[in-house]
Amino acid sequence: MSDPYILFQNVSKSFGPLTVIKDLDLAIDKGEFVSLLGPSGSGKTTILMMLAGFENPTSGAVIVGGQHVERLPPHKRNMGVVFQSYALFPHMTVAENVAFPLNMRGIAKADSAARVQRALDMVQLGAYKERKPSQLSGGQQQRVALARALVFEPAVVLMDEPLGALDKQLREQMQLDIRELHKRLGLTIVFVTHDQSEALTMSDRIAVFNHGKIEQIGRPSEIYERPGTRFVAEFIGETNLVEGVIGTVAKDRTTIALKHGGKLVVETRPGLVEGAPASVSIRPERIHFDHTAERENDFPGTVLDRVYHGDHVRVVLDTPDHRFIIKSDHRMGVLDEGDKVSASFTPNACWVVG
Amino acid sequence: MKLTRSLLLASALAALTLGSVAAQARDLTVVSWGGNYQDAQREIYFKPFSEVLGKPVLDESWDGGVGVLQSKVKAGAPNWDAVQVETEELALGCADGIYEKIDWAKLGGKDKFIDSAVSDCGVGAIVWSTAIAYDGDKLKDGPKSWADFWDVTKFPGKRGLRKGPKYTLEFALQADGVAPADVYKVLGTPEGVDRAFKKLDELKPNIVWWEAGAQPLQLISSGEVAMSTAYNGRISGINRSEKKNFKVVWPGSIYAVDSWVILKGAENAAAAMDFIAFTSKPENQAKLPAKIAYGLPNKEAAAAVPAELQGELPTTPANMEGAIPLNGDFWIDNSEELTKRFNAWLGQ
Amino acid sequence: MSAGGKYRRHVAAALMLMPLVIFLGLFFVWPIVSMLSEAVSDPVVVKTLPSTTEAARRWDHASPAVPIMGQALVDDIRATTDDQAMGDVVRRLNSAKSGFRTLMMKTLSAARGSTGPLDLTTVDPRWQDNGYWEAIAAASGSRYTDRNLLAALDYTRNPQGQIEALPPSASNNADIFKRTFVISGLVTLMCIAIGYPFAMLAASVTGWKRQLLLGAVLLPLWTSLLVRTAAWIILLQDQGLINSLLQALHLTSGPLPLLFNRMGVVIAMTHVLLPFMVLPIFSVLIGIPGNLMPAAQSLGASKLRAFWHVLLPLSLRGVASGALLVFMSAIGYYITPALVGGPRDQMISAVIAFYSLNTANWGMAGALGIILLAATLALYAVYHRLTNDRPVKV
Repeated sequence: MSDPYILFQNVSKSFGPLTVIKDLDLAIDKGEFVSLLGPSGSGKTTILMMLAGFENPTSGAVIVGGQHVERLPPHKRNMGVVFQSYALFPHMTVAENVAFPLNMRGIAKADSAARVQRALDMVQLGAYKERKPSQLSGGQQQRVALARALVFEPAVVLMDEPLGALDKQLREQMQLDIRELHKRLGLTIVFVTHDQSEALTMSDRIAVFNHGKIEQIGRPSEIYERPGTRFVAEFIGETNLVEGVIGTVAKDRTTIALKHGGKLVVETRPGLVEGAPASVSIRPERIHFDHTAERENDFPGTVLDRVYHGDHVRVVLDTPDHRFIIKSDHRMGVLDEGDKVSASFTPNACWVVG
Repeated sequence: MKLTRSLLLASALAALTLGSVAAQARDLTVVSWGGNYQDAQREIYFKPFSEVLGKPVLDESWDGGVGVLQSKVKAGAPNWDAVQVETEELALGCADGIYEKIDWAKLGGKDKFIDSAVSDCGVGAIVWSTAIAYDGDKLKDGPKSWADFWDVTKFPGKRGLRKGPKYTLEFALQADGVAPADVYKVLGTPEGVDRAFKKLDELKPNIVWWEAGAQPLQLISSGEVAMSTAYNGRISGINRSEKKNFKVVWPGSIYAVDSWVILKGAENAAAAMDFIAFTSKPENQAKLPAKIAYGLPNKEAAAAVPAELQGELPTTPANMEGAIPLNGDFWIDNSEELTKRFNAWLGQ
Repeated sequence: MSAGGKYRRHVAAALMLMPLVIFLGLFFVWPIVSMLSEAVSDPVVVKTLPSTTEAARRWDHASPAVPIMGQALVDDIRATTDDQAMGDVVRRLNSAKSGFRTLMMKTLSAARGSTGPLDLTTVDPRWQDNGYWEAIAAASGSRYTDRNLLAALDYTRNPQGQIEALPPSASNNADIFKRTFVISGLVTLMCIAIGYPFAMLAASVTGWKRQLLLGAVLLPLWTSLLVRTAAWIILLQDQGLINSLLQALHLTSGPLPLLFNRMGVVIAMTHVLLPFMVLPIFSVLIGIPGNLMPAAQSLGASKLRAFWHVLLPLSLRGVASGALLVFMSAIGYYITPALVGGPRDQMISAVIAFYSLNTANWGMAGALGIILLAATLALYAVYHRLTNDRPVKV
């Protein structure tokens, strides 16, 4: 594996007495799409600002393409930034906006015009060149911002919650568009978001931030199915967290004793120590009501609540050991509140967190 | 419609308020020059007369300008009654018909007053001089004449002059050697006016122009000018209040009479006439010089002024020596044209 | 709603608008209209001296005028009882030719004190001078005149009715107009130079710092013009704070002439008018989204170029309205130039004040006012064009 293209080494950032980033290490490869995901105030935007050059790290090194950039002003970093509220220049036309980075680089007019045309065609706005930003819809404005951030072929594209202001449908369309551009152009993208589903669908890797630290970094499936911490398990999607103490650790299976006498069977993995407390995450969609298959985990209980969601039914099942949230396909629609059923799931559906 | 009715009611109320303001009788309003002078007047004239009248006497101050009075009278029902005016404003306003005629019988006859204080439209209130003033502590051997005033080598420093052609042109001619008695004769010819402006050209770079009566004293105090023209009353005033040693050069000074007039159509014209009569009584007028050093137009009053105050007054015979009275007729004829020319000259 | 209800609703709406309409009419339309009519109307002589006006038409402007117009004038005087109207006539004539005041005062009392034919040359020999009769004839020509408007621009009509320039020693209004615009322009530029960075600073900080900065610039608005100007006199005079400081620091050997010259006027007026520049720029600046400058920088613009290409064009509307406000206010100033300026720094308002307050020559005051108004409107038109060419939507 070659050296990472972007490297944060032991980076800290403080604003006065407030430390927002603590001893951060982060490596991003060329051509990678990495999402920085976390609640607001978790420090993810500060990372982006340090990368773009609007903030300087208090300590540590930021290396891009083998060069230290900690003290390099923004306009010399050659990074395309897409802002949440587009940040288009209202006094310029769409074409002038997109030509702006080319003008700043002193690129000849003819060449510039051709590149502007290409960039706008790429985002399907070739016909809107002479409009002012205020005459475009939100989605169109964001596509102009995208074209403007890409037209000068930057080494890295930084996106700061770029889709936050769009409605759901438009947002999903843009997610696909951006992914498609990423693949087609081989861009290196650092994408800040607080929307976990956006991060899951778009990224090669996700870094989950909390209180200025990376809680976990990994592929979307890893983050979702093998959360490293309680925070990650709860922040990414919905989950059932069951508390207990590790009992016997065998070759394939490990049992976990629950408070009220129940017992969970999970797959054994390295690091499980008998007698240690454990939190077990079971994703709601991995729990079933049918007994046709062999289920090693089985918790009988009473249906407390049942909500129809179209593609699934969300059931709250009260058992002596835990109140389970279950997403079931709607063939089980015969269930009703007060019904006695069992929640069953395989050991493979359980993941011992941390 | 409730809204309509309440609007009508509001308009009616507004009309009533306006009407009642207009209908309410205004107290006698006298207008003078403000400052120390008006403070003195308030004490010896306004307050005592208010007691005689049994009603309040309002006093306001103004900065002169016949246009102000003109517009008040033209608008109808002027809100001033008795106003103190300068020589020129008296003559101009009298010619324009904006003053009431004076009832000289109430004042004890015209012969009780010095000549320049008597007119159809006004009664002299004070006699005051415009003269050279300088700080006796800074200049031991001060200027004696207008020629000295113009001589910036003998007396280095800037000179203060009132902005405007009046006085300035008369002084310039005297500096150029015209005898006091001939000043207006020379100034009455186009050549004389040219001569005055030519003489002013000499001093122009050294002149600081003042407009308000308090300014020259401040200019002399701060040393901004070595000497300045100033009103004699102000000079005596600052000598008394701030223990200064400012000197007045009486020869070549120009004295003028300020008069009381009553605005035409004034609501309290009768009371205003009584007020003027009250201020013209010798026993009342004689109280003024103790407060502020102005000469008195009532001959009996002037004679009643204590000897130690006589030296400060323009009407004292020794101070009249070589002094000339302001020629109001000349200025009402020529003020507009000469002011235009003066302003043009000033701005060149 | 019924037709009657509708009607009443219209009445209610009209009534609500009445105060505004009355206010505009009373304080805006009427003064301007009366200023206009004062400037161009000249009815007093025609109205008050009808026989003289009639006689003047028969006069050939060369032969002695007394035999033709003399007795007509005496008759007119005797027929007039309105002192004020006669006063207007005298003022009007004296403003055309000096000497009419005393001449007419004498003539009035002579005419009224006698009956029958009266030889005016015995009343005052000045009547032999046809110059006075020329003035009467000129004033009785028409009810309308362009002489005030011409005089406001240093022109006059000679007896033959041709327009000719007045000598610079008699009138220099054009100079003063020019100077008024130069000083106002200087003040506007100074206000931009100081006000723009100041507004940027105020817009870039928040909380008490912003309050303090805005308070500092607003403070002058809450003190009277006279006090502020007097304060500048104290600061700028030869023995004033600034000169004392400069000399104490040995930066200058003698006092710098800061007072009673153009410098003093520009300094004092800039101080007074600065808020009118800072506030519009500030309000435009805080309306500009905060991420435009970072965006420009990320796209390769240095801070300076980002300012030049993004912030400056976006804030120009604020600069334009600030400049308009400052300039328009500045051309009306006369107290400040009168107190801290020299004779060559007086502005046109001082001339207007002279005509309206000192000589009651409303015609001239109105004519100068019209020229000023016309210049102001022309400037406003330019401003309108400039800001409309740049349709900025933020």
